[in-house]
Amino acid sequence: MSTEALRPSSYLGEGAGPAAWLLTTDHKRVAWLYLMSLTAFFFLGGAFAVLMRVELATPAGDLVSDDTYNRLFSLHGIIMVWFFLVPSIPATLGNFLLPLMIGARDLAFPRLNLASWYVFILGSAFALASVLAGGVDTGWTFYTPLSTLYANGFVSMAALGVFIVGFSTIMTGINFIVTIHTLRAPGLTWFRLPIFVWTMYATALVMVLATPVLAASLILIVLERVFGIGIFNPALGGDPLLFQHLFWFYSHPAVYIMILPGMGVVSEVLPCFSRRPLFGYKAVALSSMAIAVFGFLVWGHHMFVSGQSAYAGVLFSFLSFCVAIPSAIKVFNWSLTLRKGEITFETPMLYALFFLALFTFGGLAGLFLAALAIDVHVHDTYFVVAHFHYIMVGGMVTAYMAGLHFWWPKLTGRMYSETWGRIAATVTFLGFNLTFFPQFVLGFIGMPRRYHTYPPEFQFWHVLSSAGAVVLAFGYLMPLFYLGWSMFRGPRAPANPWGATGLEWQTASPPPPHNFDTMPSVSRPAYDYAMKGLQHETFSPHKDEA
Amino acid sequence: MSFGIPFTPPEASSIAGSVDMLFYTLLAFTAALGIFLASLVVFYAIKYRAGSKAERTGERARSLPLEVAWTVASLLIAFVIFGWGAALFLRREHPPLDALEIAGLGKQWMWEFRHPGGQREINELHVPVGKTVIVSLASQDVIHSFFVPAFRVKQDAVPGRTTHVWFIADEPGRYHLFCAQYCGTQHSEMGGWVTAMPPEDYAAWLGNQGKGDTLAADGEKLFRALGCSGCHEKSSKVRAPDLAGIFGRPVALENQQTVVADERYLRDSILEPKKEIAAGYDPVMPSFDGIVDEGEMQMLLAYLKSLSPRAATRNEATQ
Amino acid sequence: MRSSTESVAFDTKAREKAADTFGMWVFIGSEAMLFGAILLVFLIARISYGTAFAAASQRLSLPLGTLNTAVLLTSSFAMVLAHTFTASRRWRPAVWALICTSLLGIVFLFVKAVEYGREFKEGLAPVLGAPFSFTGPDPTHAEFFFALYFAMTSLHALHLICGVAVIAGMLLLWPGTTEASRTHRVQAIGLYWHFVDIVWVFLFPVLYLINR
Repeated sequence: MSTEALRPSSYLGEGAGPAAWLLTTDHKRVAWLYLMSLTAFFFLGGAFAVLMRVELATPAGDLVSDDTYNRLFSLHGIIMVWFFLVPSIPATLGNFLLPLMIGARDLAFPRLNLASWYVFILGSAFALASVLAGGVDTGWTFYTPLSTLYANGFVSMAALGVFIVGFSTIMTGINFIVTIHTLRAPGLTWFRLPIFVWTMYATALVMVLATPVLAASLILIVLERVFGIGIFNPALGGDPLLFQHLFWFYSHPAVYIMILPGMGVVSEVLPCFSRRPLFGYKAVALSSMAIAVFGFLVWGHHMFVSGQSAYAGVLFSFLSFCVAIPSAIKVFNWSLTLRKGEITFETPMLYALFFLALFTFGGLAGLFLAALAIDVHVHDTYFVVAHFHYIMVGGMVTAYMAGLHFWWPKLTGRMYSETWGRIAATVTFLGFNLTFFPQFVLGFIGMPRRYHTYPPEFQFWHVLSSAGAVVLAFGYLMPLFYLGWSMFRGPRAPANPWGATGLEWQTASPPPPHNFDTMPSVSRPAYDYAMKGLQHETFSPHKDEA
Repeated sequence: MSFGIPFTPPEASSIAGSVDMLFYTLLAFTAALGIFLASLVVFYAIKYRAGSKAERTGERARSLPLEVAWTVASLLIAFVIFGWGAALFLRREHPPLDALEIAGLGKQWMWEFRHPGGQREINELHVPVGKTVIVSLASQDVIHSFFVPAFRVKQDAVPGRTTHVWFIADEPGRYHLFCAQYCGTQHSEMGGWVTAMPPEDYAAWLGNQGKGDTLAADGEKLFRALGCSGCHEKSSKVRAPDLAGIFGRPVALENQQTVVADERYLRDSILEPKKEIAAGYDPVMPSFDGIVDEGEMQMLLAYLKSLSPRAATRNEATQ
Repeated sequence: MRSSTESVAFDTKAREKAADTFGMWVFIGSEAMLFGAILLVFLIARISYGTAFAAASQRLSLPLGTLNTAVLLTSSFAMVLAHTFTASRRWRPAVWALICTSLLGIVFLFVKAVEYGREFKEGLAPVLGAPFSFTGPDPTHAEFFFALYFAMTSLHALHLICGVAVIAGMLLLWPGTTEASRTHRVQAIGLYWHFVDIVWVFLFPVLYLINR
């Protein structure tokens, strides 16, 4: 009672109205700005995907025209990669949690943080303008000379949008690196950091060092389209393969921007619901850094049949197998974390276990693609599409949902319906596999990607995949409703509903404006679930709902 | 095949079997590992569910020997798969000698092929069974990719350079030909069929295609029409290199370097003659950039290659 | 709740200053990747088309390039002076040094504009559909050289424009800025300015000198 009166109001109640949100420099509010914008983009990109899957239910191109179809998959890719996946966990959960997890009042540069969101919105405005103006038909990869000389969509506008969003990514990256270096609480040494912070650090490094190379290649595309400077045009002495090298030099590390944060989330959730420390903490932490570094050396594996030297192909294949090792190590560590635990299966845990299954599956499929002779056959087929959707959607989006449910009480101060959460997680898992598993078979039997029409013998698998997409769409729509309900009507959450370790759980839910009433210090390693006094408060769920 | 649902692509080339061998071995390995990990997780999830009576003493948060063991094991397995895949892949670089060379040209949105005898076909490719076929690929506009799933081959056709793909069809039949690299509006329509037929049928089919000139003969006509012969013939007044036997031969350049006259060199010499000037000659040749299109380039290259009959079959020189 | 630091995250001014400088270094690392990528493209092209690039490089104006190098190096010197003056709290000379720095930046841009104009007039600018005429061996790759030249120098000029704008903004806000903020702002912008200068120190030999 008295503590209630003494406690300063939460960050949510600090000021209402648009101005209080749009001009905030509080990292927790900026996280919400991102969360709202990213949710919108996720469903926009998802809508494009559903339209594509409906079109592909029959071999003929009967729903949309070929130009429309090409725009659908291009925009789906551009939006999902740059306007959802790359910023997804870092800009929302990362933004919200990083200062809380290291015991800081805010990120090192709060105004830069807000600025990054405005830059993101500016970039999105360009991207959306290109959608409304008629779309882009280059694929998200912008390969030259198609994108520079032949494509008739609004390529420069979309490329400019992606270019601008790159700045917001770099700003976030710089902010995270500096924050982690300078603002850790007393006693919070590097090897006491939660893995989520480690993965944010690795992600931020990749963001800062790889995004400029993407910027460079997009600048060159725009220069070629608008100013006629022919860097990639073979007729002007340029080289179209040069673009692929530059593009993948960014976009392969970007794949790790899109999965490392997911690994971080799962490394928080699994120990919490197993009531066990993370197995092999140091190996998991260091393997994140190894992935970030090795990720810069494998871009050529997207180009085995592009006409680059065969010996370059062999080298890139070798390095690609090397980058698989740190991921394998993580999977083993996560699995062994469960051993001798006290395991419960709340929604975040279900999502985390589904992540483990889908990520492992997608990762194993990656071995096929890294093996040169097989890649020649399945490159640019649905096998590749299935592989990266298992990692990006099955992995990253599932981890994103795990994280969103895990920290939802901290974000909003309210609980959601556990029953609906479990149903949604299960529906997503089933729908996902039904959508993408058939695509492995399709790829192996030779179905090329980005095809508007296809030979009739492939139809069976396409129908399965399209049916799965509908189920998957339901799985993703459900949280919109029960989380939306929870935001206003959900029962109040305690400070630490899951009995989790980590500094973010030691402050109120939702946290006060400057995070901690008394600044914390740390004297124990991460995931110290043997610690006395930590209780899993939801062993009897919904006690507040009654 | 079961109920008409395809689970595997047809195996119709000399390499398909060995690629599939690797594929299925890898499939067995990944399935075993996947099932092992899944069972382990499910087993732990059930055994150590909250409230179960399972024994929980002796828990550990790390085990160095175990971690070292699985890291080393993963590495070794990865290296084996890598080596196997790479060994199969490198065969792409070394087609058997005595091959049939067909020129393939990708353009938005069709494949155009020309047989050595000059027979031309669009979105159809007829090849003899049991004979090495090299398709030399060029592109008129954007990047395309020649993909025949039944042969397990794929190669991008990149504007401004010539690439090669080779295969030996070993099963007569009609197989899908696709463009695998997204190339614009009608990308999914860019393809057709490869028909593999017994050699005698192939010969008969060639005979029925009408007597077109051979690619090399067309190239020779072009060589004269464009005025190349005016300088490059022995009787000519202008001093230009004699092109007999040029293909595959080392050429000394003015800048003291030596290059092998491969397809890249010949193509560049036609389009950008001033780039690499043969030693002892004046840089007087005009550029044919914009005058010769990719189809004509293929004819000229075929003609130049026909001037050195022995080297033309040695395709390694072109890589 | 606002303390004397600009960001609520920091307790002390000293830690904030260290973080600002560190952040600037991370940003410079990022920028280095940007220029590095394009420079790498240039170097690969230079190896492939050596003679064309050498011939094309001859057509750039060495006197103007050298002049610009001198101007930019002097501006960096002025920036160092601004630094020393702020460190010893001599604000008036510091302001003059900053004005000097940005004026020299503007001089650089002006000379660059003159150079561009000259190249347009001589038909050496394959930009915006302007006619490109180059007599010499291998005009195709000479055009590629000029394409890269314009891409790299305009990107550098853009960075310089940003630098001048930021110094101008800082000077406008100068009277209302606390002394501590002045010091660490000058330090941060100084790092950026030197970086842009160093980029030119790479571009100048690579474009103007290496092929002679």
